[in-house]
Amino acid sequence: MKARPTWLDEGGFTATVLVLSLVGVAMIYSAGVLEVPSRITEGLWLRQGFFLGAGIVGLLLVSRFPSRMFEWAAMPAYVLAVGVLAVTLVVGSGAGTAEGVKSFLSIGGFRFQPAEAAKIATVLALAVLLARRDDPPRYLRDLLTPAALVAVPLVLVLLQPDLGTALAFVGIFFAMIFWARTPWPLIIFAASPGVALILAYSARVWSVYIVLLAIGLYLYRYRLYLVESVSVILANVAAGAVAQPLWNSLADYQRNRLLVFLDPGLDPRDAGWQLIQSKVAVGSGGLLGKGFTAGTQKRLAFIPEQHTDFIFSVLGEEFGFIGTLLLLALFGFLFLRMIRMAEAARTPFAGMFIFGILGIWFTHVFINVGMTVGVVPITGIPLPFISYGGSFLLMSWLAAATVVAVANADP
Amino acid sequence: MSRPLRRQRKALATRARIFVVVPLGLLVGVLFRAQVLRSSDWLLQSEENRLRSLVVPAPRGIIRDRAGRVLADNIPGYSISLVPDQPDSMLSTLGRLREHLELPDARLEELTRQIQGRPPRPILVSVDAPFDAVAALEERRSGFPRLLIQSRPKRRYPARELGAHVIGYVGEINEAELESGDFDGAEPGWIVGRSGVEATYESMLQGRPGTRYVEVDARGRIVGSFGGVGGVAEDPGTDIDLNLDLELMEWIHNIFPEGMNGSVVALDVETGGVLALYSAPSFDPNVFAGVVSTEEWNRLATDSESPLYHRAVMGKYPPGSAWKLATAAIALELGVVAPGDRMQIPCRGTFAYGNRIARCWDADGHGSLDLAGAIQHSCNVYFYQLGLRIGLERLLELGNRMGFGDQCGIDLPREVGGTFPEDVGFWQRRYNYEALEGEVLSLAIGQGPNDQTPLKMAQFLVAIARDGSAPAPTLYSEAPAREGWRLNIPPEHLAYIREGIHRVTRPGGTAHLSSLEHFDLLGKTGTAESGGGRPNHAWFIGIAGPRGGAAEIVVVALVEFGGSGSGVAAPLVAKTADYYLRGVHGIPRDTIQTLREYLMAGRNTAWATLRPAG
Repeated sequence: MKARPTWLDEGGFTATVLVLSLVGVAMIYSAGVLEVPSRITEGLWLRQGFFLGAGIVGLLLVSRFPSRMFEWAAMPAYVLAVGVLAVTLVVGSGAGTAEGVKSFLSIGGFRFQPAEAAKIATVLALAVLLARRDDPPRYLRDLLTPAALVAVPLVLVLLQPDLGTALAFVGIFFAMIFWARTPWPLIIFAASPGVALILAYSARVWSVYIVLLAIGLYLYRYRLYLVESVSVILANVAAGAVAQPLWNSLADYQRNRLLVFLDPGLDPRDAGWQLIQSKVAVGSGGLLGKGFTAGTQKRLAFIPEQHTDFIFSVLGEEFGFIGTLLLLALFGFLFLRMIRMAEAARTPFAGMFIFGILGIWFTHVFINVGMTVGVVPITGIPLPFISYGGSFLLMSWLAAATVVAVANADP
Repeated sequence: MSRPLRRQRKALATRARIFVVVPLGLLVGVLFRAQVLRSSDWLLQSEENRLRSLVVPAPRGIIRDRAGRVLADNIPGYSISLVPDQPDSMLSTLGRLREHLELPDARLEELTRQIQGRPPRPILVSVDAPFDAVAALEERRSGFPRLLIQSRPKRRYPARELGAHVIGYVGEINEAELESGDFDGAEPGWIVGRSGVEATYESMLQGRPGTRYVEVDARGRIVGSFGGVGGVAEDPGTDIDLNLDLELMEWIHNIFPEGMNGSVVALDVETGGVLALYSAPSFDPNVFAGVVSTEEWNRLATDSESPLYHRAVMGKYPPGSAWKLATAAIALELGVVAPGDRMQIPCRGTFAYGNRIARCWDADGHGSLDLAGAIQHSCNVYFYQLGLRIGLERLLELGNRMGFGDQCGIDLPREVGGTFPEDVGFWQRRYNYEALEGEVLSLAIGQGPNDQTPLKMAQFLVAIARDGSAPAPTLYSEAPAREGWRLNIPPEHLAYIREGIHRVTRPGGTAHLSSLEHFDLLGKTGTAESGGGRPNHAWFIGIAGPRGGAAEIVVVALVEFGGSGSGVAAPLVAKTADYYLRGVHGIPRDTIQTLREYLMAGRNTAWATLRPAG
């Protein structure tokens, strides 16, 4: 053990996490300052502050754990997390606007989202799996086991259904196979069924895409087994074929969210309402914003879910472009810092793990901020360290602690 | 770590940095566009979001009587309306409203009809919601998303029944009125004058509604007022002071024969101002302050006593003997008679004209009379001959000039004109026969095709009481004076007519028991056949003023089926005039007023025994 605490050794990573969390507490306080009676009580920022305290204590403890302990615990943690996710599907409960969603477990009055822990467990397990390889994946079949590892919790989360969190698992997968030095054509082929799923809204676009994909596979033919190429094509065709039934199986609100993303005016009262009001809030903030707690969109409850998924809108309204720029700069700094830590890591496991966490956070930040300004469809996904949510904040801090712990580990 | 591996990592890290920075840069770019380049658009939208303009109704002008007593004012009230939506959802909202707001079945049916009407319009559920209901609904605002609760001044009529016909009432503007263009700038939901002074002076009383901006939350609930931009202050309606005397109206109400219908009109002789315009029975106009239920409306409209009917200006009755004064005035103007002239044929109770016998009301006859005597005794035989001297054509011509076929032009809506033949062609048109000269016999004694309103008779009497000119009666104290018509009779001839009607209340006159201690009362009785075997309508038209002084007040009383003019109508006129004049001249008021009452009360009646000079 070193003389200096490890968390001071990573050049501002923990400090950035702390600053982001404090901004979060402040914004949750502001989100509680309303002109109208609301179920959002003013005391929520105190609860968030309490979980922040717990996160800091957790970081001080966990960041001192030896890296081997995480590697050793990875697989049991993964199995446990998947088990709990399965149980959640049966006995879970919803919260807030998503009452019908089975994403929460309550134990003794304390509610938490098992998916948050499952994400970290999956990152641990995948890091262990990928770190064992000396060579980069060369064939698609090399990606099969990692994909299966991610797919299990992903599907369980999707069944809740929680599209936002499921997307975070996708982020984990691609961030980590990227850092595992997977050649980019393989990454593209792995992603191609997902793209096919989206492009299936137009038969013509999808047909062009399949032809381009086939050409790509043909050019890459010497590096792939034939069966793999055929599988990719089949997977894409299958994705295109299930798109319509899948679309039909979506809940109305999910379909609406996708439709209003394309045209917010389509449903200006319900799903489009959230998007429009969020854009109005952010846009009306201007360069300098309306001032802390003074946002009118927020005060008058025009912003939906203003303390959780749409907290970025509150920040945008009250601190303007300067505020949003600074926040994205903080996240940007955090991510670059993590890339640097991964680069400098002395164990393959450390780099893998850091990239997995980076995948989670980056997905969250991009989708969350993107949806408030209408760049991506509305998906219920919180902004790390900023959005209200005890278990999410705590898990994010434990993830940060693990990043610190493994980054400094000796081989 | 091997060197190639380290190089490989470095390359991957660089690529990863690009993957992180580029999307974040994209977000920054989108934010820059929204928050810096297009910020003003979004800011405008956020202002539109939170600010709503509300119409602030202007308080309606207050109506007062001549002493400043309030006849109509405003009290705070709440209106509840439904913003247009699908009829089904409006009906369901209406159903749920009933849990908090009293809605009788009839009213509900009416609203249901309105909701199903086309095109969908805002539905005014209540303009007079009780505060409890408003509070309960405000609490459950989220359950009634399209409910609009607005504070809106409500009309109040403190004089209740006393002012109902004159002051009138208000109601929500209807579609026909909106389209008529009579109401400048009117919007649906406006409260406008429906009858009486409220209708006549609508444009003055109305004022102009203002607009105010309020801050609302996401559900449209008003959070607070907004002091910033825009907003137009409301322009309150103009207050109106009437010539009417509420105390006098109240007095008339007290003395009017219990359970009988009729009217009392009191005019100021000098100005033509309306001091009292009483019509019995009456109704409480406060029921019209809210939404009037069909039920309530029907009850008032179909009441056999017709309380909504303003008898003073809409009720037409045969004037009977009271009209003999008009015959006398016409004769004097034409010069067909001199005041002292006696008729060729003295009254023996009957008068033969052609092959018909016309009767005097007194079968014993009055003997030979001069004009004053004929007026005093209301002698038919004298007036038959006077009528013949005037001739049918000239009687009709002057009668029309005096406006007996027209309205008086009082500042009230729906005043009816008298019925009076315009010319001799009337009989041909109406009854399909050539008019005979003998028609003049009936007309000269106030019978035949001649129906007048109490107000008309009062206006006529004002001309007799002053210099022969008859101004239009006015309710509004600042209404411009309008000349009605005038008699071209020398003042001494008018004085002569007055002498004739003065004798009516002097010893020996039919209304002597209605004479007053402190004031001169001049008057003429009238009895109009009501038909149907019921008692006749009783008239008394009177002029009163200080002893020996100029006349100050004209009072006309008409009691439907009252029987005798002198017995029922004359005391009404006497007591009304006495009450008013005592007030004007500072004499303590008393309920013992007429000679009859003095006698019954055992008071000193020395003042009444004076015989007329000469």
